[in-house]
Amino acid sequence: MAVAARGRGWVATAVYGGTAVACGLTVLWAITTLATGAAEPAALVLPVGLPWMGAHLRTDALSAFFLLVVNGGGVTASLFGWGYERAHTHQHTDPHHAPSGPVLPFFPLFLAGMSLVLLAADAFTFLVSWEFMSLTSWLLVLSTHRESETPAAAKLYLIMASVGTVCLMLAFGLLAGGPGDMRFDAIRQHAPGDGMAALVLLLVLLGAGSKAGLVPLHVWLPLAHPAAPSHVSALMSGVMTKVAVYAIVRVAFDLLGPPAWWWGGALMAAGTITAVMGVMYALMQDDLKRLLACSTIENIGVILIALALALVFKASSTPVIAALAMSAALLHIANHSLFKSLLFFVAGAVLTATGTRDLNRLGGLIHRLPTTAVLALIGAAAISALPPLNGFVGEWMLFQAILNAPALPEWSSKIGIAVVGAAVALAAALAAACFVRFYGIAFLGRPRSPEAAQAREVGTAMRAAMLIPAALCVAIGVLPTPLIRLFGPAVRAMVEAGPFDDRAYQPWFWLAPTSAVGNSYNGMVLLVVIAVLSAVLVLVIHRWASNRVRWSTAWGCGHEEPDPGALSQYSASSFNQPIRRAFGGTLLNAHDRVSMPEPGDTRPARLTVNWRDPAWTFLFTPVGTALDWLTERVNVLQFLTIRRYLTLMFAALVVVLILVAVVRS
Amino acid sequence: MIDIAYDASHLLGTLVLMTSFALLYQRRLFALLHVFTVQALALAAAAAWQAYAHDDPHLYITAVLTLALKAIAIPVALHRIVQRMNIQRTVEPALGIGLTMLAGVSLVTLSILLVLPVTEGATALTREDLALSLSVVLLGLLMMISRRNAVSQVVGFMSIENGLILAAVGVAGMPLVVEMSIAFSVMVAFIIFGIFLFQIRERFETLDMRRIESFRGESGE
Repeated sequence: MAVAARGRGWVATAVYGGTAVACGLTVLWAITTLATGAAEPAALVLPVGLPWMGAHLRTDALSAFFLLVVNGGGVTASLFGWGYERAHTHQHTDPHHAPSGPVLPFFPLFLAGMSLVLLAADAFTFLVSWEFMSLTSWLLVLSTHRESETPAAAKLYLIMASVGTVCLMLAFGLLAGGPGDMRFDAIRQHAPGDGMAALVLLLVLLGAGSKAGLVPLHVWLPLAHPAAPSHVSALMSGVMTKVAVYAIVRVAFDLLGPPAWWWGGALMAAGTITAVMGVMYALMQDDLKRLLACSTIENIGVILIALALALVFKASSTPVIAALAMSAALLHIANHSLFKSLLFFVAGAVLTATGTRDLNRLGGLIHRLPTTAVLALIGAAAISALPPLNGFVGEWMLFQAILNAPALPEWSSKIGIAVVGAAVALAAALAAACFVRFYGIAFLGRPRSPEAAQAREVGTAMRAAMLIPAALCVAIGVLPTPLIRLFGPAVRAMVEAGPFDDRAYQPWFWLAPTSAVGNSYNGMVLLVVIAVLSAVLVLVIHRWASNRVRWSTAWGCGHEEPDPGALSQYSASSFNQPIRRAFGGTLLNAHDRVSMPEPGDTRPARLTVNWRDPAWTFLFTPVGTALDWLTERVNVLQFLTIRRYLTLMFAALVVVLILVAVVRS
Repeated sequence: MIDIAYDASHLLGTLVLMTSFALLYQRRLFALLHVFTVQALALAAAAAWQAYAHDDPHLYITAVLTLALKAIAIPVALHRIVQRMNIQRTVEPALGIGLTMLAGVSLVTLSILLVLPVTEGATALTREDLALSLSVVLLGLLMMISRRNAVSQVVGFMSIENGLILAAVGVAGMPLVVEMSIAFSVMVAFIIFGIFLFQIRERFETLDMRRIESFRGESGE
């Protein structure tokens, strides 16, 4: 058994190492392509796939940027996966319980599938790669099939993925149109009519949106993303959703031709609902990884809003503002892939160290996992859009674009975008609350369970895998301009302008987009100011506050001894109670129920929190019921007599013949 | 000018169609088998006439095959099956005779309406022949679904094959290998049917499909 474990250890090293090297090379290639000006897209036709067409592959600036994001995530996920594998092989000597067994073959395939989607230059290759990506990720989710929640999550994911692919298939079918030429080049040549374009956009929003986690198609995300091992969750949440966004960008900005302004409106409505609802779901979760998956929904909403703004401004012929919004979208895509991977790695580290993902069983981890705690703080601050981290830069650019709304001709968009701005601000604030809860409950306070009290810091590989995205979060936050310049060609390809056009003075340490209404951002100044202020604050606190003698009451509510389980602390449920009361009642139908023991009764008082996702109540449960009903009706066909089957065939034949006769005459 | 070749082949084709109708209203198994023999004979004659008229020697092979298999071997074998298994000699129609005939007439109308416009440009003989053979195929299907007895379903299936062969001999240039394979497939199908009939009989002691269906646990009629 030990030999088997060691043998698999070598295989794991080879697989993760190979994947990391391949992803790293792709990242380097993507950076070089973007930096040296990807004016000439490289194209390749492989003689596989449909016999009359082959598989068309092409890399333009947009694909290169997304390849950078996907494979960047791949590098850190491979590193983390390797460490995770080693940590869990030490814990479980039984090879059947090793976490990596079923993960190893599909992990590189999943990354390859995602990269292929980005490279595809015809609808057939695109759809095949898309489905390949879905299936490999589904198998990765199933790798934890022994856990009780996984089968249901995997089933729901498979259903949603299939529905999504069907929608995309129809969309590309409509795009290919009458001649049925599925090459993207041919699709670009003939723009579809107005109604057709609306239908295509709707189908793409349904198809890619179900993968990206657009509300109300998000229901599988909080179930399936956390079910996979943590490095796979990081890829699914941080990277695969970006591939779905890529599909939306490719169709809406590239294949559909010049946009109409209301496309942006539709996208913006979807994005706003997604952002606000996503963060509400995240606030309600008690499970670390589920919380992160829900927060992905919110971030996808924000990205979609930025894309929608880019569409609106592109349609109203103000390409420089559109470029600002597009840059905000791409920057947020890169940012989210960084900090979401980081936070999922943190969740994986916490899971490895304590064996639980339940916030209510964690606490005080900052003492036991000091490195992880610092990195988690960076990730939480970045996703809460605090300066001088990268999340702030992305949202800052988004708001600069929103502030340009008065430049639009339609009154409905002027007012609508203001409303969207308010919703984004609300979502950002709620996200900050959500991550204060995430960090505060898990890392601060006192341990809420023996597992948390005895946690041990994770291995070097896992810490290194967390360190890379954390360092990048800080670097991009302090110096965002080089990255924005790097993906400039992608922005220019989509909206035919760059964010810095017509502006003479553009130093690399200063972020001042042309249409930012005179505003600018300098991360280094902020960094210095924040560092100085923090230092002063720490000094003041330590000098005058922390040395003071503090008194505590005899009854232990100041966390003194008669509270062994640290139960009198704020719990995860108490932290979100104000927000649950303020918004949850209407949005999520949340109810708190307190059952108090009678005087003299020794059982503990109990607080039960119930909430229900409206997407289930109003969409999925009715649809499921209708489907069941229909299946019952159709099921009769399974049990007909032979003669009746023959009759059915005969009737079908006669009907077809009659149709032919009628059509011919 | 009297085109004797056209008239004769038309006559023989129509004879096949007429026997198809005759198959539809037979109530007794032996009568059914007799009519089927007549149909096969007419088909063999049609094939032979085509071979003579078009001077196409390989059609003689078709005619001989049809004669040997369809007109002699299969009816004789079915006779023996019916006798050895001592099954009830009456056939219960699932659809009334009158309705069946009405449906048959409409099917013939449909196939004429369908084939004549589709094959514009082909020779008159081919068009009529195709219409006739399509009618025979459809009538064979109708027979399979309007009868409850397994033997009559086999006969219905065989008459579908007859329709196909009628089409094959009518259309010039059908390669011999296709006809051979059709004949062969009929043979194989017949053997399989025979085995199945014996097995069904052994297991369920009846060839009435209703009983068999009720055994399958289905809501038979």
